[in-house]
Amino acid sequence: MSILVDKNTRLLVQGITGKSGAFHAKSCMEYGTNVVAGVTPARGGEVFEGKVPVFDTVHEARRETGCNASMIFVPAEFAADSILEAVDAGVELVICITEGIPVLDMMKVKAAMAKSASRLIGPNCPGIITPGQCKIGIMPGYIHKPGKVGVVSRSGTLTYEAVWQLSSRGHGQSTCVGIGGDPINGTSHLDVVKMFNDDPGTEAIIMIGEIGGTAEEEAAEWLGKNCKKPVAAFIAGATAPPGRRMGHAGAIVSGGKGTAQGKIEALEAAGIEVAATPADMADALLRRMAR
Amino acid sequence: MNIHEYQAKELLDQFGVANSPGGVASTPTEAEKVARSMGSNNLVVKAQIHAGGRGKGTFTSGFKGGVQLCKTPSEVRNLAEQMLGQTLVTHQTGPEGRVVRKVLVSESVEISRELYFAILIDRAISAPMIVASTEGGVDIETVAEKSPEKIIRMPIDPLLGLQPYHTRKLAKMLRFAPGDMRAACKLFTNLYKLFIARDCSMVEVNPLVVTMGGEVLALDAKFNFDDNALYRHPEIQAYRDIEEEDPREVEASKFNLSYIGLDGNIACLVNGAGLAMATMDIIKHNGGEPANFLDVGGGATEQQVTEAFKILVADKRVKAILVNIFGGIMKCDIIAQGIINAVKAVNLPVPLVVRLEGTNVEAGRQLLAESGLQLTTATDIADAAKKVVAAVA
Repeated sequence: MSILVDKNTRLLVQGITGKSGAFHAKSCMEYGTNVVAGVTPARGGEVFEGKVPVFDTVHEARRETGCNASMIFVPAEFAADSILEAVDAGVELVICITEGIPVLDMMKVKAAMAKSASRLIGPNCPGIITPGQCKIGIMPGYIHKPGKVGVVSRSGTLTYEAVWQLSSRGHGQSTCVGIGGDPINGTSHLDVVKMFNDDPGTEAIIMIGEIGGTAEEEAAEWLGKNCKKPVAAFIAGATAPPGRRMGHAGAIVSGGKGTAQGKIEALEAAGIEVAATPADMADALLRRMAR
Repeated sequence: MNIHEYQAKELLDQFGVANSPGGVASTPTEAEKVARSMGSNNLVVKAQIHAGGRGKGTFTSGFKGGVQLCKTPSEVRNLAEQMLGQTLVTHQTGPEGRVVRKVLVSESVEISRELYFAILIDRAISAPMIVASTEGGVDIETVAEKSPEKIIRMPIDPLLGLQPYHTRKLAKMLRFAPGDMRAACKLFTNLYKLFIARDCSMVEVNPLVVTMGGEVLALDAKFNFDDNALYRHPEIQAYRDIEEEDPREVEASKFNLSYIGLDGNIACLVNGAGLAMATMDIIKHNGGEPANFLDVGGGATEQQVTEAFKILVADKRVKAILVNIFGGIMKCDIIAQGIINAVKAVNLPVPLVVRLEGTNVEAGRQLLAESGLQLTTATDIADAAKKVVAAVA
């Protein structure tokens, strides 16, 4: 079992003929993901890699192929529009990899999506993977292995680090979800940990957060009250100076809010094992599981 | 991105947000001319630097105060002479201070009431939030702590925007007199328009004042802009003043590297923002001090890695360098080649610790091994942090 994606996922790639879109669509196909369609406006009728039909619009792609998830590689200027197009076409799961979308654009997307049943993952995220079944995104597939630990994170490379630690200690993953480093995103830590809690295939959870906002605190509070599965966490940015944006637009401590210390306290109060360093993520989970 | 006070004033003027009349000058003669055109005998001269605490600051010449009140255009000229080209030190500039290249000359208004008014993007609700208070001219964090009931918060529907009734409600809550309401509502409306039109992430007016003459003015406005949206605002990009920025950061931005200078002596080069932050954390955890945050990104080229490395090496504070890469899209051999190229170009004056993992890791390790570079390899992130901290001890 897993959450959100599995071998039945039928993937559409928006921006499939672009440089990174093509590269990663291909790498997802090589992993075994069922890529059924691509969209690039004005390139409809082409065939990608000898087997994937390209359409001009998401509506056509959805109608012709029954795609139920979309991976977006459209440049930041046009990405908000692409998300809305996928949502309008009724695609159930929209994963936006694109980095650098203006906050005001995402604010409108989020407000518009409140009325829809679609779920957005990202933007500015590595994507989502259910090892051995379906990879949607830019993560290196080979570090993952099928198993029972759910991983949710705002950061791409830090997720790889956690996955690597787990895999090399013999622990596979149920699903790994990168929710993205932007201040406004489609799916929160809380949304994902709720799904992990409900998933019989997930027996333990690693949650990776970073400074800024209050999403980790909200997830911690819910986990403390509702989750019986062992949870470990790491918060990046304990040494980041306030008021400076640390790469991710969302990673900023302002007005004394969103500090690593505050987040760590909330996590510990909820009975979550907090990794002292990024080298300690998998071991922290193993300690928590042994308790 | 930060902008100067005079640039903020230009923005307010463009959007019809009432503020005190004035103009910017880069020479004493210009300053006098601006003062003369204003026809007022309540004037203020303000040094333009990107740092707070100007009024209480001291110039390295010994002259005290980067904000000065005076009466006549010739006094303005004298004050501008004392400030322009001089270095102003405030509690925010550090001991090196900042050179004053421009002064803002404006009218010093007589204040009847001081309020606080800000618009920001509230990520918790994914919408703009107006934060206002009758307690202006003071530190708003202190107000929020001591008398939270005096802080007004009004979320705005991002699809609907600020409606006229919002402005009337705000004016009433902020206890504007009936005669001042129209002016207050107009100011709120225009400030919101400016906020949206220029992709601000925050605008803070403190104080918003009612003058003795009954005018409603944004006396001081601070702006923050969404970096992701700068591409559609060339007029805001033009406000960038690289003289006010850390030269290391200016150099990094030329090569699209995400770099933030810090005060420690262990430089780091990492891919991914989360891992870059976590690398700083683990250095500190082992008793070291990071010299920077540097995310070379997911798809960095050999040249970007080389340039990044040059920036680290050029920093005199740096006593050791840690490269921590978990290659996903980023291939380890690209990183290795970038490092080798950089070291060939600049020499390596300090110890280098490299930890490579992920895509093409074998090719990367082999390149480094065959290069003959003096470096220490690390097996994982914990090992890397220990070794680099030991190297500066």
